[in-house]
Amino acid sequence: MIRLANGLGALLALTLPFWLANPYFLHVVIMAGIFGVLALSLNLLLGYTGQLSLGHAGFFGIGAYTSALLTLRLEWSFWLALPCAVALTALAGWLIGRLALKLRGAYFVLVTISFAGVISLVSVNWMELTNGPLGLPGVPAPELGPWSLRAKSAYYYLVLAGVTLSYVVCARLVGSRIGRAFLALRENEPLAESVGVDVTHYLVLAAVVSAGMAGLAGSLYAHYTRFVSPEVFLFTYTVTMVVMVVAGGKGTLAGPLVGALLFTALPEALRLATSWQWQMLAYGVLLVLLVFFLPRGIVPALAAWRERRAP
Amino acid sequence: MTLAVRDLAVQFGGVAALGGVSFEVRPGTITSVIGPNGAGKTTAFNAITGYLRPARGEVTWDGAPLTGLRPSAIARRGVVRTFQKTSVFPSLSVADNVAIGLHLRGTAGFLDVLLGRRRIRDEERHLAADAEAIIAFVGLVHRRREIASALPYGEQRLVELAVALAATPRLLLLDEPGAGMTSGEKDVVIELIRNIRGRGITVLLVEHDMRMVMGISDTVIVLNHGRVIAEGAPAAIQADPDVIRAYLGTSSDRS
Repeated sequence: MIRLANGLGALLALTLPFWLANPYFLHVVIMAGIFGVLALSLNLLLGYTGQLSLGHAGFFGIGAYTSALLTLRLEWSFWLALPCAVALTALAGWLIGRLALKLRGAYFVLVTISFAGVISLVSVNWMELTNGPLGLPGVPAPELGPWSLRAKSAYYYLVLAGVTLSYVVCARLVGSRIGRAFLALRENEPLAESVGVDVTHYLVLAAVVSAGMAGLAGSLYAHYTRFVSPEVFLFTYTVTMVVMVVAGGKGTLAGPLVGALLFTALPEALRLATSWQWQMLAYGVLLVLLVFFLPRGIVPALAAWRERRAP
Repeated sequence: MTLAVRDLAVQFGGVAALGGVSFEVRPGTITSVIGPNGAGKTTAFNAITGYLRPARGEVTWDGAPLTGLRPSAIARRGVVRTFQKTSVFPSLSVADNVAIGLHLRGTAGFLDVLLGRRRIRDEERHLAADAEAIIAFVGLVHRRREIASALPYGEQRLVELAVALAATPRLLLLDEPGAGMTSGEKDVVIELIRNIRGRGITVLLVEHDMRMVMGISDTVIVLNHGRVIAEGAPAAIQADPDVIRAYLGTSSDRS
C-alpha cells in the first residue's frame, strides 16, 4: 500500500511538467520544491537536534549571493557555482555551530537571528560586491550541454533533483548512528554524553549539513528567479520555513515536504479565492487551527490515524 | 583496570562539597559509596565522570587520568554512569533508547552514511541485534516498542540501566539505582547488578538502601561531610562506631 503510494508519487513527480502545462502552477511547484529543501534543512536542526535556528534565511541568502556572484562576476558555470555556494554556506554553518557550541534554547536562537541580521546588513551595505539594495539582476540560467534550463519545465527537474538529494541526505543521516546522536542531543544531553555521544560535535555537524542544504536552496532560487537582492534575507522566509516544518511535522522525514507544498500553495490559493484584505487573515486562522488540532503536525497525525485504523 | 581517586575536592562557591576524597575501586568488584544526604556522593560521581570540574585532585582509570576529559571521552574509555534522577530519552521507544546507548559500538562516519555503504547496513543489523540482547538482559522485551517516558517508574530505571550497558562499560557507576522502587523491583535490580558484575563489569554504586548495599557490596566506602570516614567489608562497616555516629547524628563534638 505504502509502496504503491510512493511509486505513484514518484511517477507523478517525474511526469508533472507534461500534464501541468500551466506555467503559473509549475512556478508554484518549483517554489514549493525550493522551500522543501529549506524546510528539510531546518528540520534537521529543529526536528532532530531540537535547536531552533531563526537564521536560516541567512544561509539561504549566502547561497543565493555566492552562486549569483560567481556566475555573474567570474562567469563560472552554474555547475561549479552551486557546489561552491553549498560549501560556503556549510562553512558559515560550521562557524555558527562553533559559536553556539555551549548555547542552547533561546541563546542558540539569538545567535542565529543575529547572524542573519549581520549578513543581511552586509548585503545591503557592501555596494561594490553586492550592488546593495538594487540587487543583482541577470543571474544566468543554468545550462546543461547545449540546452538551457531556462524553461520552467526544465528547471522543475533541476529542483526535483535538489529536493531528492536533500531528502536522501536527511533520510540516510536520520537512519544512522549520526541521526540517533542528533536525537540524543534533542532528548537528553547529559545522558547522551554519558554514553559517549560527543554532543557538540554532532551539533556542529547538524549545523553544517543544514546550512549547506539551505545554501543549495539559495543557489536554486537565484538561478530560477535570476535576480538576487537583500530581500532573500527577509525574516519572513525564516518564519515561513518554521511554519512549514512545524505544520508538516518536525522530526519526521516527509513532514517538511508536506509543509512546504501546503504553505507554498495555500497563499496562492487564497489569492485566487479572496481579496487581499482577507488573505493574511485566512492564512493566520488556518495556521492557528492547524496548530490547535494537529499540534504535532500533519505527518505524525496521519501516521497516528493509520495506526488506529489498522492495529 | 582500577579506578583510583586521589584527594578529589570540589568547591561550590565557598562550600567544600568534597574535601579531598581518596579511594580505589578494585576490578571485578561491587563497591558502594554511602553516607548521609549531602555527604558528597553524587558530587563525587559527577567529578569522576567529567560532569563537574574538581578544584583539586585526580581520578585515574587503568593508570591514565580522567580528570579534565569531557563525559563523552570518559565514556569512550569504558567509564559509564547513570543518573540519580530518572534519565531516559523520553519521547523515544525503549529500543531507540538502547540504540543511542550503542553509539560507541558503531563506526559509521559521515561519508559512510551519506554514501549508504553496505558495511554500514551490516553494522546497523548487528547493532539492532545487540540492542535486543541488552533489552532482554534487563527484562524489557515486552516493552521494546513503547515510549520510554510512558513506562512505569521502575521500568524507566531499567531502561536507564540498559542504555548504560549498551555503552559497553568496564566500570559502571550507578547513582541510586533503587531509589523510589518497590522492594520487589529492588530485588530485580539487585539481581541485575550481580549479573553485571558476573559479566566482568566493575560496579561503583551510590545507594541509600542499606539492605541493597550490605547485600551486594564487596566493599563499602562511607562519606560524611565530603570526607571518607570509613572503608571496608559490609560487616565491618555496619559495626564501625564512626559510621553509626554519622548516621545517627550524635557527633562527638556535641558532648
